[in-house]
Amino acid sequence: MNKVLTLITFLPMVGILLILLVPKNNKTLIRVLAATFTGLQVLLAVWIYINFDSGTTSMQFREQYKWIPSFNIEYFMGIDGLSVTMVLLTAFLSFICIFASWGINKGVKGYFAMFLLLDTGMMGVFCSLDFFLFYIFWEVMLLPMYFLIGIWGSPSRVEPDGKVRGGPYAAIKFFLYTLFGSVLMLIAMLVLYFNVDIDPNTPGIQHTFNMLHLMDQSLHTGVLNDFNVRLWVYAALFVGFAIKVPLFPFHTWLPDAHVEAPTAVSVILAGVLLKMGTYGMLRISFPMLPDAMKWEYFAYGLAILGVINIIYGAFCAMAQTDLKKLVAYSSISHMGIVLLGMSGLTSLGMNGAVMQMFNHGTGTAMLFLLVGVIYDRAHHRNIDGFGGLAVRMPIYTAAMSLAFFAGLGLPGLSSFMSEVFSFLGAFGSEMFNLKAITIIATIGIVLTAGYFLWTFQRMFLGELNPKYKDLPDINGRELFTIIPLGIIIIFLGIYPAPLLNLMKTSLNELVEVIKAADPILLGLQ
Amino acid sequence: MNPSEIIQNNINSLSYFLPELILTGMIVVLIIADLLLKKENSAWTSLLALGGLVIAFVAVLNQYDLGSRSIFNDMLAVDPFALYFKLLFLTSAAFVVLLSIGSVELAGRPVGEYFTLMTALTLGLFLMASATNLITIFISIEFVSVTSFILATYLKTRRRSSEAGLKYTIYGAFSSGLMLYGISILYGLTGTLDIYEIGTKLAASSPNSLALLISIILMLAGFGYKLAAVPFHFWAPDVYEGAPTPITAFFSVGPKAAGFALLIRFFNVAFATEATNGEWAAIAGVNWSQLLAVVAAATMTLGNLVAIVQKNVKRLLAYSSIAHAGYALMGVVLLSDQGVYATLFYLVVYYLMNIGAFLVVIVVQDLVGSESIDDYKGLIWRAPLPAIAMGVFLFSLTGLPPTAGFIGKFYLFAALIKGGPGFYWLAVVAIINSVISLYYYARILKAMYFDQQDEKEPASLAVSPYYVVLLIALVVPTIFLGVYWAPLADLANYSVEFLRAL
Repeated sequence: MNKVLTLITFLPMVGILLILLVPKNNKTLIRVLAATFTGLQVLLAVWIYINFDSGTTSMQFREQYKWIPSFNIEYFMGIDGLSVTMVLLTAFLSFICIFASWGINKGVKGYFAMFLLLDTGMMGVFCSLDFFLFYIFWEVMLLPMYFLIGIWGSPSRVEPDGKVRGGPYAAIKFFLYTLFGSVLMLIAMLVLYFNVDIDPNTPGIQHTFNMLHLMDQSLHTGVLNDFNVRLWVYAALFVGFAIKVPLFPFHTWLPDAHVEAPTAVSVILAGVLLKMGTYGMLRISFPMLPDAMKWEYFAYGLAILGVINIIYGAFCAMAQTDLKKLVAYSSISHMGIVLLGMSGLTSLGMNGAVMQMFNHGTGTAMLFLLVGVIYDRAHHRNIDGFGGLAVRMPIYTAAMSLAFFAGLGLPGLSSFMSEVFSFLGAFGSEMFNLKAITIIATIGIVLTAGYFLWTFQRMFLGELNPKYKDLPDINGRELFTIIPLGIIIIFLGIYPAPLLNLMKTSLNELVEVIKAADPILLGLQ
Repeated sequence: MNPSEIIQNNINSLSYFLPELILTGMIVVLIIADLLLKKENSAWTSLLALGGLVIAFVAVLNQYDLGSRSIFNDMLAVDPFALYFKLLFLTSAAFVVLLSIGSVELAGRPVGEYFTLMTALTLGLFLMASATNLITIFISIEFVSVTSFILATYLKTRRRSSEAGLKYTIYGAFSSGLMLYGISILYGLTGTLDIYEIGTKLAASSPNSLALLISIILMLAGFGYKLAAVPFHFWAPDVYEGAPTPITAFFSVGPKAAGFALLIRFFNVAFATEATNGEWAAIAGVNWSQLLAVVAAATMTLGNLVAIVQKNVKRLLAYSSIAHAGYALMGVVLLSDQGVYATLFYLVVYYLMNIGAFLVVIVVQDLVGSESIDDYKGLIWRAPLPAIAMGVFLFSLTGLPPTAGFIGKFYLFAALIKGGPGFYWLAVVAIINSVISLYYYARILKAMYFDQQDEKEPASLAVSPYYVVLLIALVVPTIFLGVYWAPLADLANYSVEFLRAL
């Protein structure tokens, strides 16, 4: 099992090959195959969880081979406490999403092939330790996402104001935004590559994409010794990642993509893809350019953007009448908390941020799945078009209330811990004075409680809309996708230690490394 | 040298001229065969042409053992750089012959001359790739142009085809005139036509930099015309749209690549001096590399911006190929081996994906009889293979992994970044252009994958097995080179060894 990361990454590709061989009318077999391969992936993830040594900061399950020797590109995989949480989340959500996609009837073969390709891309991003490899996986995710939103999302339509909206529009918007970000990242990657020398005896010859080398500040040479260049490189990476998070003002693709995408794709988008942005910052920009990250304007900028995300996202969510759009904006708001947690450079905040990444993944996945459930029944998502559903659909109402309460951070549910950690971490920062910013950010919590409770009231309480007097309650397959998420949310709310222990060694080390980066040597002062 | 030495040199050179001689012989054979064959059997000439290309291919491969040398009294060079381009020309010509065999546009027409001219065009490209004297440079360009004029108008009953030929000819004559003037100035400044001697003379003396600049700009007109680089690109969209599609595919690859071969050889030999570590310096007085950088930026930007509004796929691809010439030029401006290497690599990748895209155009033309984007609607449900293949080629043209196009762009960007902050601005321009290009490629993607087809149209279309084989033959390397490209990279790297080898 020393190739477990290759296995977990490329297992879906095997699934794709088999699916392509199945005749296209045999839809059930295609679905079963997809479920089998993502199921195997979950088993591998469990194996990784069991065998993961949370006491060490070094990369585990390493695999390293030459790929393109002339450019020193390697196939280098490995995970630490930061990536293992994301690997678990990805495997788990992918499996659940296959079941949430069971009802897809158009181009089933293409759908599941694309879905599994997306799965490979996501896993690859979290497992790569070679920047080039990381970039390949990062880009590979775009293609299936584009098709999943465009083909299987809602069809093109003309809005009353004459604008064309719908799946194809959202798909290309998503694609253009993220492509712009990733080409910026490509440039930054090349600047890092050409200015990191792994062999000081032959300056300018031996470059590398190996992330562990790129993080080693003592190897930085050439233009990377110029602080201004470092700031530019950091900015390029930051924009690339910020688009993915998405950070205000790069967020406008997100509501469109979510509203038009099919349920399972929304789940993956919110549950995993958004985390790529913050993961990228923690894996790449912070450790590779710690001094640029600590530059006052960038550090405070990060925190302020985080707060804008929190508050602005919450206000936007409050204004929505479309339930799915509301959840989409709540994601923007919740990702802001991750940013705020990271920005203080405290162990507490950093752990909170990554916990929040995981908890938001499970929580928002549940929300989107539940939105899908009601949409499949009522064929609309207008919050004001319901009312009194609690009478008709008690189980659904219970599930939704759990998801809402998790979203607003009720104590005892998972996101409470991570939000508290993030806020306290930022508040208690020694390096930066984020107290005022954090206090402003807490307004977001109130707003979040406001829109979730208000929505709950409008949808589930009051008079039952007579149109929906025969609405069936949530069914077995849907429950199967939701219950595991609910269990995780409650379990981690009461006992977050398993998650926290998994990552804290690596994250504490990361905080120390960033803090220790010598500001004087690198021209910070 | 006395006359007998010159003659002896010419005779000795013949053995290094074997691939060209084979092509010449094949042209004669094709003309005779076309006379003997009945009109309805003229398609058999395609196989002869194909055979000639294959034999020439083997002959070119054999030349790798000969090492670099100058032949015909320093008129032409035989070196890895030229050989690399010759292999590219032969493979693309062979592919275009294969495309022509199936093309509906040419069906029922006498095609003997067509394949003869294709072979002649290939011969002209060969000469362009190895020319080292201003006279051979000029003659080879004219050779290629004249054969291209005829090929562009091959569908003489089609109005657009005739229009295309006329435009092509007029612009061609114009740019040749400019180039000839540039050549004469350069000759006046240096007193020689040999580009190596020009290089040494310019380095030794410091001629009037204004005169030099004018001659460079005028020479650029000739090269730019072949590259379809801004501002010498006006002919390209009309010619690409009007010419038979296989010929369009060839124009977008062959003459363009030959233009790059000439450009790189000429500028790096005549207007640069060798420095250290695979980087050389532009001749004092004229900063032609900045000039080319501006041309590159303008070419990609204009090509991409105009492509956005196109409704005809062939025309869209014409503008996209203008833009791609701009990308490939980025490697030339850097004055480094790394840059030239990136351009060489990119040209092969570009050849694969661009011919591939045109192949899909031919297939769709065959199936629905149209080149309009609207008629691509719902293609994925009607004819999945061409639609998927088109997707691969378009993603590759955009430069997304895991396709060859990404690796091509990666090398270009890598060369730019390695060149230092001086050309970072060009990298930024290229980034923005990549995003723009996705926007218009996505219009084809959207039509193919997202839009509903017209209900009047048949629900599924049968693609002939011949096209299936050709499509797969282009899709596989386009993806494969995106995952493992070391062999091609090594070959391209080896082929940069030309410049000062003589």
